[in-house]
Amino acid sequence: MSDSPSTPSRRALLRNAAALGIVAVPSYSLLSACATSGGDDNGGSNAGGTKSAANPLGVKEDAPLDVVIFNGGYGDKYATDVHEPMYKKAFPKANVKHESVTEIAKTLQPRLSGNTDVPDVVDNSGSGLLDFGQLVANKQLADLAPLWDAPSVDDPNKKVKDTVVAGTPDVGAFNGSQYVLYYVSTVFGIWYSGKQFKDKGWTVPTKWDEFLALCDNIKKAGITPFGYAGANAAYYMWNVILTSAAKIGGADVLKAIDNLEDGAWTSDPVKQAAAAWAEVGAKYSDKAFLGLKHTDVQLQQNQYKLAMYPSGDWLSNEQSKSTPPDFQYQMMANPAVTAGDKMPATTVRATAGEGFFVAEHGPNKLGGLEYLRQMLSKAGGNGFTKLTKSPTVVLGASEGIDLGPGVTSSQAALKAAGDNVVNLFFDGWYAELDKEARTATNELFYGGGTADAFCSRIQKKADSIKADSSVTKFKR
Amino acid sequence: MRHGRVPFIIGFLIAPVTIYVVFVIWPYVQTFYLSMTNWTGYQTKDWIGFDNYRRMFREDVFWEAIKHHAIILVALPLVTIIIALFFAYLLNIGGRSRQGTGLKGVWGSNVYRIVFFFPQLLALPIIGVLFTTVYRPNSSGLIDGVLIKLGAQPIGWLTEKNLALWSVIAVLVWQAVGFYVVLFSAGMASIPKDILEAAEIDGATQGTLFFRVTLPLLWDTLQVAWVYLGIAAFDAFAIVDVLTVEQGGPDHSTTVLAEEIYRNAFQNGKPAYASAMGVALFFLTITFAALTLRVTRRETVEL
Repeated sequence: MSDSPSTPSRRALLRNAAALGIVAVPSYSLLSACATSGGDDNGGSNAGGTKSAANPLGVKEDAPLDVVIFNGGYGDKYATDVHEPMYKKAFPKANVKHESVTEIAKTLQPRLSGNTDVPDVVDNSGSGLLDFGQLVANKQLADLAPLWDAPSVDDPNKKVKDTVVAGTPDVGAFNGSQYVLYYVSTVFGIWYSGKQFKDKGWTVPTKWDEFLALCDNIKKAGITPFGYAGANAAYYMWNVILTSAAKIGGADVLKAIDNLEDGAWTSDPVKQAAAAWAEVGAKYSDKAFLGLKHTDVQLQQNQYKLAMYPSGDWLSNEQSKSTPPDFQYQMMANPAVTAGDKMPATTVRATAGEGFFVAEHGPNKLGGLEYLRQMLSKAGGNGFTKLTKSPTVVLGASEGIDLGPGVTSSQAALKAAGDNVVNLFFDGWYAELDKEARTATNELFYGGGTADAFCSRIQKKADSIKADSSVTKFKR
Repeated sequence: MRHGRVPFIIGFLIAPVTIYVVFVIWPYVQTFYLSMTNWTGYQTKDWIGFDNYRRMFREDVFWEAIKHHAIILVALPLVTIIIALFFAYLLNIGGRSRQGTGLKGVWGSNVYRIVFFFPQLLALPIIGVLFTTVYRPNSSGLIDGVLIKLGAQPIGWLTEKNLALWSVIAVLVWQAVGFYVVLFSAGMASIPKDILEAAEIDGATQGTLFFRVTLPLLWDTLQVAWVYLGIAAFDAFAIVDVLTVEQGGPDHSTTVLAEEIYRNAFQNGKPAYASAMGVALFFLTITFAALTLRVTRRETVEL
């Protein structure tokens, strides 16, 4: 869950040998030259050391640790300056190797599949991340249950799982087993400029007719009321549509979608939400946004040409360089679509992003778990938030840090939502379904499509994935 | 055969053949094998026969991509060759011949020759990024910016489903023309001047000179150009991936096989399925090259 939905410059393989373009064929095998040959299991230091109060997981004290960090929106300073020194302090004899990587899959796939030089801890994020579903299906991930049940760094009487936002272990669970630590707390909503709304006298709507009236006002002022970037960030918008659907019909609507239940996408709440947002797209947006990247559209908002933009709360950090100092990023929850919505208007989608895993076949698996335990200490979370201005899942770790107006407002929205927090998993589980949802969303919002077409085409894709025996299925 | 010749030949061939086998032939063989498995990129894989192919033939996007290849296959070579021929003719022969100077290109042809070749020097992704700005559908786009200034409606070059593929083809043509101008120029340079001059003295117009003399003598070069461009039409990955909305969109209206291979292999975690598409692409390309060479075979004019 990084700030860049997709970057263009990721093709390094299929070019060249241009005279005979057929080179596209062997590229995949070239990538992992030993694709069809096996690899040896590496011994490593999984024998472990002595368990103690300071070392509850029993890490071998002098075993080296290999940490791979995705160097994206959050950089990698939080690892080199905070987490890795913490591990070193706990295990002075251990040598910590830091790798900063931007294309995780390209770098790690050959190493994992060949079982050579397997890292211990990986921050699997960014647009070039390894597919978590495939990693799980191929038993590449270590079970994190020992970590969650271990005593925490700060208070030995508390288990690690009790020091984080409730439900964190389950966000990274696949079919009941906890494999991934999603570290950064992320809230989704609709973003606007506090200054612009104040200057123009606009107020935050909570009901749908208020929202449409506001859009009318904004349009009259010569500003585009609402829009997202179709070229590469359409998932920001399906996120909005589905959050609205959850408000209309309750959180089970999303659960049915994640579980690939029959007719999940064609259910009435999804249809109603799609129809409502299609109208916004037709009347209150700018069709040119379909051809723009997220950076372009976000820049337009910073220039006060666009009033409302759907995104997650990494937005204010991502835009910090182009945001005017008095812009005042603020986040609102989706307005209620109908009067009879099952969930209140304050409902938001919140999740945790930036997924860390420990490699099952890494030479120092226990060290990897210990590294995550250190990350989940108050000092670990605090250090991360200080450097990135993003709150972590560690409870109380961001207290006293100025997060800026954007994240402060999204955290306030999360607090206001209380128990009415929804989440979605299907995009991480089934990349193909995400792609279809993006395409359908662009059609619906910018292409003049209908809600019926939107629902039925994604349902068709969901059905075909359900029937496809080669895809590993997940349930929640 | 003289003694020592065989080791000599083997000595020369061993390095290139080894490299070719290891980096070209062997990956092909692996691709064929992988396309028959359910490999997901890790260690376990089972033999599943033709399941991947069955799935592929049922998928709409696959046929959509094939359709786009068919369109590009006709449009790209045709347009590129016509434009390149025209330019090459102007640069080499089309200038008005003055008394005693013989045939030559239009004024400034040496400059044009270099300018036309510029796009060839740029890497494809850079061209893709350049054209996102050219096609940007608002006032900061190169084309639409001018249109808006003139009071016209901006055109969604890449966002209109019926237009997007043609916008992509235009970029491919723009990129390719320079190379074929040079190729055809070389071909035209090898046409003996006396033939052209004789024709001119006999009263041939520019048109006759071009269609009746130059074109037949260039046939071999044209054939090569057609095969190259045809094969390029089966690629188009870089431009589509960098330039188009949601990589191959909107709504799959610009997708090509290589894009679907990339998506399945690296994003959907289905390298085996992607391999099946790769095999399909392999056979399409081979078939095209063989067909073209067969169909366009005709007697070369001996000079």
